[in-house]
Amino acid sequence: MKKMLLIGLLLSVCVFAQQLTIQGSTTVLPIAQATAEAFMDDNPAADITVRGGGSGTGIAALIDRSTDIASSSRPMKTKEIAKARENGVNPVANIIAMDGIAVIVNKGNAISQISAEDLKKIYVGEIKRWDQLGGGGTIVIISRDAASGTFEAFNELALHGAKLTDAALMLASNLEVARTVAQTPGAIGYVGLGYVSDDIKALKVDGILPSPETINNGTYALARPIFMYTDGKPKGLAGKYFDFVFSKTGQEIVEETGFVPVK
Amino acid sequence: MNTTYEETCGLPEIKSNLSRRRLVQKIGITILVLSLIISVFLLFIIILFVAIRGAGVLSWEFISAMPRKAMTQGGILPAILGTFYLSLGAVVFALPLGILAAIYLNEYAADNILLRVIRMGINNLAGVPSIVFGLFGLAVFVKFFGFGVSILSGSLTLAIMILPVIISTTLESLRALPDSFREASYGIGASKWQTIKGIILPTALPGILTGTILGIGRAAGETAPILFTAATFFSRKLPSSIMHQVQALPYHIYALMTEGTHLKAQVPIAYGTALVLLMLVLGLDLIAIVIRIRSRKKKLW
Amino acid sequence: MRLKRNTKEFIIKSILLFCALSSLVFLGGIIIVLFTQGVPIFGQIGFAKFLFGTGWYPTHEFPEFGILSMIYGSFIITFGALIFAAPLGILTALYIAELAPFWLKETLKPIIELLAGIPSVVYGLFGALLVAPFVQRLFGLPVGLTAFSAAIVLGIMILPTVTSIVEDALSSIPNEYREASLAIGATKWETMTRITLPAAASGISTALILSIGRAIGETMAILMVAGGSPRIDFSLFKPVRAMTSTIAAEMAETVMGSIHYHALFGVAIVLFIMTLAFNLIAERISYRFHKRFTATR
Repeated sequence: MKKMLLIGLLLSVCVFAQQLTIQGSTTVLPIAQATAEAFMDDNPAADITVRGGGSGTGIAALIDRSTDIASSSRPMKTKEIAKARENGVNPVANIIAMDGIAVIVNKGNAISQISAEDLKKIYVGEIKRWDQLGGGGTIVIISRDAASGTFEAFNELALHGAKLTDAALMLASNLEVARTVAQTPGAIGYVGLGYVSDDIKALKVDGILPSPETINNGTYALARPIFMYTDGKPKGLAGKYFDFVFSKTGQEIVEETGFVPVK
Repeated sequence: MNTTYEETCGLPEIKSNLSRRRLVQKIGITILVLSLIISVFLLFIIILFVAIRGAGVLSWEFISAMPRKAMTQGGILPAILGTFYLSLGAVVFALPLGILAAIYLNEYAADNILLRVIRMGINNLAGVPSIVFGLFGLAVFVKFFGFGVSILSGSLTLAIMILPVIISTTLESLRALPDSFREASYGIGASKWQTIKGIILPTALPGILTGTILGIGRAAGETAPILFTAATFFSRKLPSSIMHQVQALPYHIYALMTEGTHLKAQVPIAYGTALVLLMLVLGLDLIAIVIRIRSRKKKLW
Repeated sequence: MRLKRNTKEFIIKSILLFCALSSLVFLGGIIIVLFTQGVPIFGQIGFAKFLFGTGWYPTHEFPEFGILSMIYGSFIITFGALIFAAPLGILTALYIAELAPFWLKETLKPIIELLAGIPSVVYGLFGALLVAPFVQRLFGLPVGLTAFSAAIVLGIMILPTVTSIVEDALSSIPNEYREASLAIGATKWETMTRITLPAAASGISTALILSIGRAIGETMAILMVAGGSPRIDFSLFKPVRAMTSTIAAEMAETVMGSIHYHALFGVAIVLFIMTLAFNLIAERISYRFHKRFTATR
């Protein structure tokens, strides 16, 4: 009986070997999508599906085995790891890139740097006008939705657990934050480094501008690793995919999408 | 008529009063015409806005090619196909159920509490917010039945949503048939079901078709119900099974506006996708309306 | 033979009845799902605290689940939309029903129906890229994603619904009413405003209540236009967060079975009860309205 089960399992592994699902953080989405696309160009038989949904969803999907790879912009919580173990899933963290959370303002804003302390004061609602920081006008505070990984990371790295002011606009994605900041003169927002473009201005935080160097050497405060969790060490198609992601081409794609390569 | 009244009375006060009343009428009617113009303008501005901004992107390649370069180039074929599968699936589930339900309500049900409760159920199902259908689909089809995020889950969720549309349009067309049709059929000895099958359904067909098309149009345009049940941001291969997740036109617009990194390249594609969706949905609705008007004209009874 | 035919008819009738009951089954299913998934939140934090709490910090270390600001957000957008769409819709319907020549009436009615079919995500695109920047510039606001922008977009969205239901209500007033009024010398305008409109009042209120139900349940357009701050400012020109957009934005990123997940189903329960209430009220009024006029006919 056990033997048959094993054979069945092996067979099903073979059948699905050419299919791979990556689910999770919207921050990681550009990397996942671009690498999947390039990987499928090299391996026409492979079928990789990329879904967003957020870090928590990806991890939950890994726990109930509905995804092969969970992309996440935060490490798994101890509770989640415990739950995974209960379900017989052994989550392995693969750090595929580094991400800096850039604090962004409208291009018309006179301010080009901010202290971590003032940043926190803005987001908890203590500083309401740019005048207090040497600029002008009302501050329009823009945040990500509370369920997103970027929000969680920002909450931890910048707010140190303090509660966000309820005056903040809560937008559904990095791109929407970037778009709104570009449209709104008094806005301040935060996005993954990959979302910084010419339409918006990234601020120096405590005198340091987010860049691949400052993030990799740890001087920029708002930085975090980007994870792709797998059940056990990646094998089969997943293994090949990770080999590709960590290869020179793969890490070049990471850089092209605006993240910081790890190798 | 008013002039005769004036002539017979001939009182100057009434005359001046009347001219004031006429002035009020003139102003009133002007306001009505103005609001009509504003309404029509407001509604057309949306279509115009999407058409103008989207027309530049539209090409044969746009609707027939796969997306490339992180969806900043290439076409939206997977989204078009995904929407097609989802709405087709929804109709496959909802159509038989809806038609049979309407037949029962119109041909069999007596006017009692049961009928009233069923009617109330249909009306209220029609009023349920689309996001609530999405939650229902997530809890029941995706999780409880384990269909996962797939065409199947999405279609079933959409099917429940469009069921009231199909029931009420079918019901309407059944109701329009005069009883003499049924009586003539019974008169020659046909059973109730034979009458329905042979007489009622064929005559009500245009109405049923209208309902079906309206249902497809509604299913194709909805985002919230497929948000957690069927839609995916990116899939390289076209779906080959009903257990696959799909891209869909409405979700694609939302995703292009909110996900990805290349805003400048994505917004034009969002407009193009919106234009395709708009043409699809309005085209379907237009077909439904034409069918209804034509069948009304053909009516001989 | 006879018996066989009867059994067959009976079986068919049962199948049909089963299908007819399906809508009720689905409605019941929705209620059951919402309550089984949503009620735990009431147990965990208390019903009053959930409904009347003002802090929404679902993922905080010490989470808060108060949805009052979202109920406020949904209502202010809805009523803003109604203030905008109701007069315009009623006046437009009045023109179509009472004044438009036959050919215009027959052209306008299907066009308005057609416009009701524009997908809400297209309205969202329109709102986010055209209305919000316009509103921002017009009123010199710090940000254009406000309750006002959302109300405008939603108002345009429900305009076809308001217009066509009001038009139906006006058309169902028997012609004798108008003829009697004209015969005693009233002008067309007087007949419209003092006879037809009051006679159709309950039909019009049905239209408005149904539209409120529709508007409260609208998701995508509001998600893309309203800004999403969970805060009560009592101003149309501030960003607000609606119940529907909270569910849409957060459910996909929430872990099944977590307290946040139950809280979102809790939001759905509140939303569902509200739309159900509006629908039932509308049904009640419309039932009476139709009874009255089918009787006079």
